[in-house]
Amino acid sequence: MAFEGLGERLQQTLQKIKGKGKVTEADVKEMMREVRFALIEADVNLKVVKEFVKKVSERAVGSDVMQSLTPGQQVVKIVRDELAELMGGETEAITFAKKPPTVIMMVGLQGAGKTTTTGKLANLIRKKYNRKPLLAAADVYRPAAIQQLETIGKQLGMPVFQLGTEADPVDIAKQAVAKAKEDHNDVVFIDTAGRLQIDEDLMQELRNIHDAVKPDEVYLVVDAMTGQVAANVAETFDQQVGVTGVVLTKLDGDTRGGAALSIRSVTGKPIKFAGMGEKLDALEPFHPERMASRILGMGDVMSLIEKAQTNVDEEKAKELEQKFRDQSFTFDDFLEQLEQVKKMGPLDEILKMLPGAGKIKGIDNVKVDEKQMDRVEAVIKSMTIAEKSKPEIINSSRKKRIARGSGTSIQEVNRLLKQFDEMRKMMKQMSNMQQGKGKRKMKMPGLDSLFK
Amino acid sequence: MSFFKKLKEKISGKPDETTEKYKDGLEKTRTSFTSKVNDLVARYRKVDEDFFEELEELLLQADVGFETVMELMDDLRFEVQRRNVKDTEGIQTAISEKLVDIYRKGEDGEGSLNMQEEGPTVILFVGVNGVGKTTTIGKLAHRFISEGKSVMLAAGDTFRAGAIDQLQVWGDRVGAEVIRHAENSDPAAVMYDAVRAAKNRKVDVLICDTAGRLQNKVNLMNELEKVHRVIGRELPDAPHETLLALDATTGQNALIQAETFKEATNVTGIVLTKLDGTAKGGIVLAIRNKLGIPVKFVGLGEGMEDLQPFDAERYVYGLFAEGLEQEAEILGQEKGED
Repeated sequence: MAFEGLGERLQQTLQKIKGKGKVTEADVKEMMREVRFALIEADVNLKVVKEFVKKVSERAVGSDVMQSLTPGQQVVKIVRDELAELMGGETEAITFAKKPPTVIMMVGLQGAGKTTTTGKLANLIRKKYNRKPLLAAADVYRPAAIQQLETIGKQLGMPVFQLGTEADPVDIAKQAVAKAKEDHNDVVFIDTAGRLQIDEDLMQELRNIHDAVKPDEVYLVVDAMTGQVAANVAETFDQQVGVTGVVLTKLDGDTRGGAALSIRSVTGKPIKFAGMGEKLDALEPFHPERMASRILGMGDVMSLIEKAQTNVDEEKAKELEQKFRDQSFTFDDFLEQLEQVKKMGPLDEILKMLPGAGKIKGIDNVKVDEKQMDRVEAVIKSMTIAEKSKPEIINSSRKKRIARGSGTSIQEVNRLLKQFDEMRKMMKQMSNMQQGKGKRKMKMPGLDSLFK
Repeated sequence: MSFFKKLKEKISGKPDETTEKYKDGLEKTRTSFTSKVNDLVARYRKVDEDFFEELEELLLQADVGFETVMELMDDLRFEVQRRNVKDTEGIQTAISEKLVDIYRKGEDGEGSLNMQEEGPTVILFVGVNGVGKTTTIGKLAHRFISEGKSVMLAAGDTFRAGAIDQLQVWGDRVGAEVIRHAENSDPAAVMYDAVRAAKNRKVDVLICDTAGRLQNKVNLMNELEKVHRVIGRELPDAPHETLLALDATTGQNALIQAETFKEATNVTGIVLTKLDGTAKGGIVLAIRNKLGIPVKFVGLGEGMEDLQPFDAERYVYGLFAEGLEQEAEILGQEKGED
């Protein structure tokens, strides 16, 4: 299945253009076709796609894309920036009522994950804002919906208000708020039944609940996997009950989640939270930047590149390259490299940012051993200056000292020395190969094998 | 013979109320989709690139997906050339024909379940969270019971809060025994007990619920494989059907869902749920096209009766009913030439 990211697709398009020198307006158009394809495959609503592509295309033609040596990257950058901008800043501020209790109403289609999200949000509000939530079970239609909320309440140690399945949801909501006042709960969550946005009666019911309890927040809960219909769902719910924020659920799946863009651009309402798992603490603030890359199927490679760019000093890189050439690469340089890699963040996080990594089975279980990195560092730091620049002089008594100093074993010291030696050999070969071929990006051969 | 007449003949052999139900359930889908096709036909007199482009958009908005739409458009362009269609009147049948064609591709016998003459028929339900597995099981149980079969349900969703109770409510409602363990117990153990109980009590059908899981959760998919295996160990050849419940509002991710669940549990069919909304469920076209998994049932509403066997002709008929009826009149007028 064609699920490669936009980056690769644009690259393919550009292959056709290559050799023509500058990129023409027609080429930009061709690239926009790919952008369109990527967005549609990500389930962004077609109308939204059209507007978006138009906007991006204008920016691309007007900008330096056409002069750029890497027009593909330029386009990706524009697309991604526009996407992130459209999806808004990072916001998870919750409007609390001046006079408690704050009433938060949860609405959405069937199976979007309202009840679970209610539990997660209540948990988060308690933890982060130190509030005392009351959960109200206003879904009287789905069998055992009330039990579900009660179970969640029990798990969280939170009170659940319910009047059984015969009661009117409007009454439930009203009485829940009264009960909260009485019991000094300062936040009331109203978990409403899932409903179709076109179901007149049930939408009326929502309006009635809304009128009765005047909620401070109305959260629309949307499944991140929703297709084209997401725009219509969000629009209708917003028109009918006035949505104040959106929670995107099941984002821990492998969907591109284009629904996020559709919802945002149709309603203009902020996406506040993302459901990232089945556990009750798996609710995170929504990150527009990450979502933008995800929609484009690029992993988080852009922030990876940015991270690398901000953390890797160009001058130092050049210096290092020279060292590769004349083989004066020492353990000091190696240490410096390690630190640069570490600055980029935890390795398993970086791994997950790579495009396509999500498709690798078991990626969640991969734990890169950061400790191993620390041990390598300790070993190097236990060397004398002379040893670092001339590892050849390290004999067995020096090894013993290094091992003791770093709290590792002689075997570990040996392993590092051997790997360092191999690295140098490979660098020698590489720089021989590259001579006369012009400048190349510096790479650290063998670095990856160090941490396995 | 025209496609419409063939379609009409096929449907006339079937009870009308089901067709009506389809039409009702698909009312929303149909009015939006067909009226758009009609608009399209009315707006364009010639079948040209603009026409195709707009048709393409129509299908994309139905979540059919880019690749399948492109294939479909290529086929249609070819067909239009071959038949030398110049105006838009004839195109509607060509469109519906193509749709039915894709639905038919792959194995035959959609809608029909692999029922066992002897011993219990075991049906396993799988799918991601919130697609409506438990509700569909309730409706399917009701269907079997009204056919005079005895049904047992296995509460294999031991994870989600309230899921066992939810199935129990359905069991009580339709009159089926529910085999259940405590919450958070091993779902494979529930299946083991349920299959044995179904054999001992000689029920006709055992329907097994499982917890919803996202297909990229490796551990949970392994658990599902185990559930599938345990059933097969207790009763050879079981489960006889593994049905993937798919939410009609789902976009392109449904394809990955179908693929991954098929790998883990050898999915034999799809139940397309929540088709009563504005969602078109067009992704089943792509799934059928690429993976060959047939749609066996569709959930057309919230009532107990609102689960119907999937039928490509009826489905397409529901989508295009108005358009086809209009065309029938035209065809009727031209009958002499046929």
